[in-house]
Amino acid sequence: MIRVELRRLVRSRRTWVTILMIDALPVLVAVLLAWTDLGPRPGTGPAFLSAVLTDGKLFPLAALGIVVPLLLPIAVCLMAGETVAGEGQLGTLRYVLIRPVGRTHLLVAKLVSIVAFAVLAVAVVAATAYVVGLGLLGNASQAVSSVSGTTLTGRELALRTLLALAYAILSMLGVASIALFLSTVVRSPLAAALGALGLLVASTLLLTLDAADVLKPWLPTRYWLAFVDLFRDPIHWRDVVRGSLLQLGYLVVFLGAAWANFVTKDITD
Amino acid sequence: MIRTRGLTKRYGAVQAVDDLDLDVAEGEIYGFLGANGSGKTTTVRMLLGLVLPTEGSVELLGQAIPQHARAVLPQVGALVEGPAAYPSMSGRAHLAAVDAMGPSRGRASRGARIEEALERVGLAGVDRRPVRAYSLGMRQRLGLAQALLGRPRLLVLDEPTNGLDPQGIHEIRTLLTQLHADGTTIFLSSHLIAEVEQLCTRIGVLDRGRMVLQERVADLDRSTGRYRIETPDVGRALALLDGVVDSVVDGPDGGALLARLSDPAATNARLVRESIRVTALEPERRTLEEIVLDVIARGAGGSGSPAQPRVARLPDDGDDLHEGFQDGFDDDGFDDDGPGGVREVLT
Repeated sequence: MIRVELRRLVRSRRTWVTILMIDALPVLVAVLLAWTDLGPRPGTGPAFLSAVLTDGKLFPLAALGIVVPLLLPIAVCLMAGETVAGEGQLGTLRYVLIRPVGRTHLLVAKLVSIVAFAVLAVAVVAATAYVVGLGLLGNASQAVSSVSGTTLTGRELALRTLLALAYAILSMLGVASIALFLSTVVRSPLAAALGALGLLVASTLLLTLDAADVLKPWLPTRYWLAFVDLFRDPIHWRDVVRGSLLQLGYLVVFLGAAWANFVTKDITD
Repeated sequence: MIRTRGLTKRYGAVQAVDDLDLDVAEGEIYGFLGANGSGKTTTVRMLLGLVLPTEGSVELLGQAIPQHARAVLPQVGALVEGPAAYPSMSGRAHLAAVDAMGPSRGRASRGARIEEALERVGLAGVDRRPVRAYSLGMRQRLGLAQALLGRPRLLVLDEPTNGLDPQGIHEIRTLLTQLHADGTTIFLSSHLIAEVEQLCTRIGVLDRGRMVLQERVADLDRSTGRYRIETPDVGRALALLDGVVDSVVDGPDGGALLARLSDPAATNARLVRESIRVTALEPERRTLEEIVLDVIARGAGGSGSPAQPRVARLPDDGDDLHEGFQDGFDDDGFDDDGPGGVREVLT
């Protein structure tokens, strides 16, 4: 089942169109930056964007800062909302289940395929950003400096960039499992996707509200941009670790809820 | 092959299936009849473990469902409430994808099995166009091919001829007969009585969630207690048999009398003695349609006492669940007036 799901994901034209659309924004930003040479003032705008004017090698990180807060989670919500409800709507769900594919197995396969989508999307974004960054933006070719001002070797930079990419993928697990859970509850894939998206919007909004301080450590989007901390010297692990744990917590809770709901559900569509 | 005991499904206050004891033996073609909304599909879904029963048990091939679904379902092919396929794939790609899911049926034989299944349902020459572009009939055939893909011992088919033209229906009928001859047990759920009558060795009739009749087709009591006497000399025959004739109907050659005869041989002798020409004298036989409608009408009437007029019509109790039945007959070209207007005649 997992192999079939992955093959469907990779062969689907929609997968690649979605990834290209996500990818288009950082590319556009790179082109604009190169053309106008107007970076945001240091400390404002998306992370790393002020730094990339001098060093294109940092652009994959800047690109991540651009797509992680909005575009990537939207795509992940749509994909995950589609999983069970979408197959239900097509009618293929009943045929998959009587093939038979176990219900737990089906959920796991769907989750794997969503994560695979996030991996593909992040990889494509990072790779294009690297090429575009080197081609269009500055190539200082010297060692880059960290956010804290110290210098990073090329090896260190590569390693930390990979860590940041992995963290961005991990950050999507929370929304993915929420959307997957909703997808087992409602009949319409769109409703599941929008439901999860609504939670994200609420979370983002609450983060700006001082009165919501007690909630903040538990909001799914709270630590999304903590990958910036990986470029401090020494690495500032606290938020990255908390963010990872929080995402895993969401995964356990909502995947558990999805499982509990789905294994006892009457499949009537 | 299929055995349910006390199978019951409630959705809130709605009793979809009520205390159902279903028995399908190996080698049968079992016709599961019922109006739209009578609980057929819910039953089929419970057989396959898609819907969990409120009460009661299901056994498929001797093992409990849904507990042993993993062991049993690979030997079962099914079509549940219309076919479904991934719309962007070609028929072959879809079948390959479904085949690759779940317990392995052998990867090496996949290509051969797909071709065999497509061949059997008449889709052998299908091109690479996506399922999205298929006609209704092609989708139905693809759904059947999917059911046959694992060379199942048991086929559970819900309305398999939906969306097919008469030629297609005939082909599927031939296919099912072949499969049956090869030893496949077939459970055919349908609201088309004609379809069931032509194929099935045994029938079960579901009415509002309850089984109202389960019987071998050969053992069905088809007699009405009356005889049909065809004669060109209707007037004289009527005078002779006055008192036992229920009605006179148009016949192919003159007319026909429907009469209750205690000794048909003696009656025939009398008719011959009086030089009344008889072209045919035979017991009046009820069609499967009449039997089914009758048993449902009795169930709806509650008492089912013989004093009630037995009319092959459903009581008009405003229960729209039955309309599907009527529609089904009309769709299938049944003559609603029956031969010689039997339906109008009360017993």
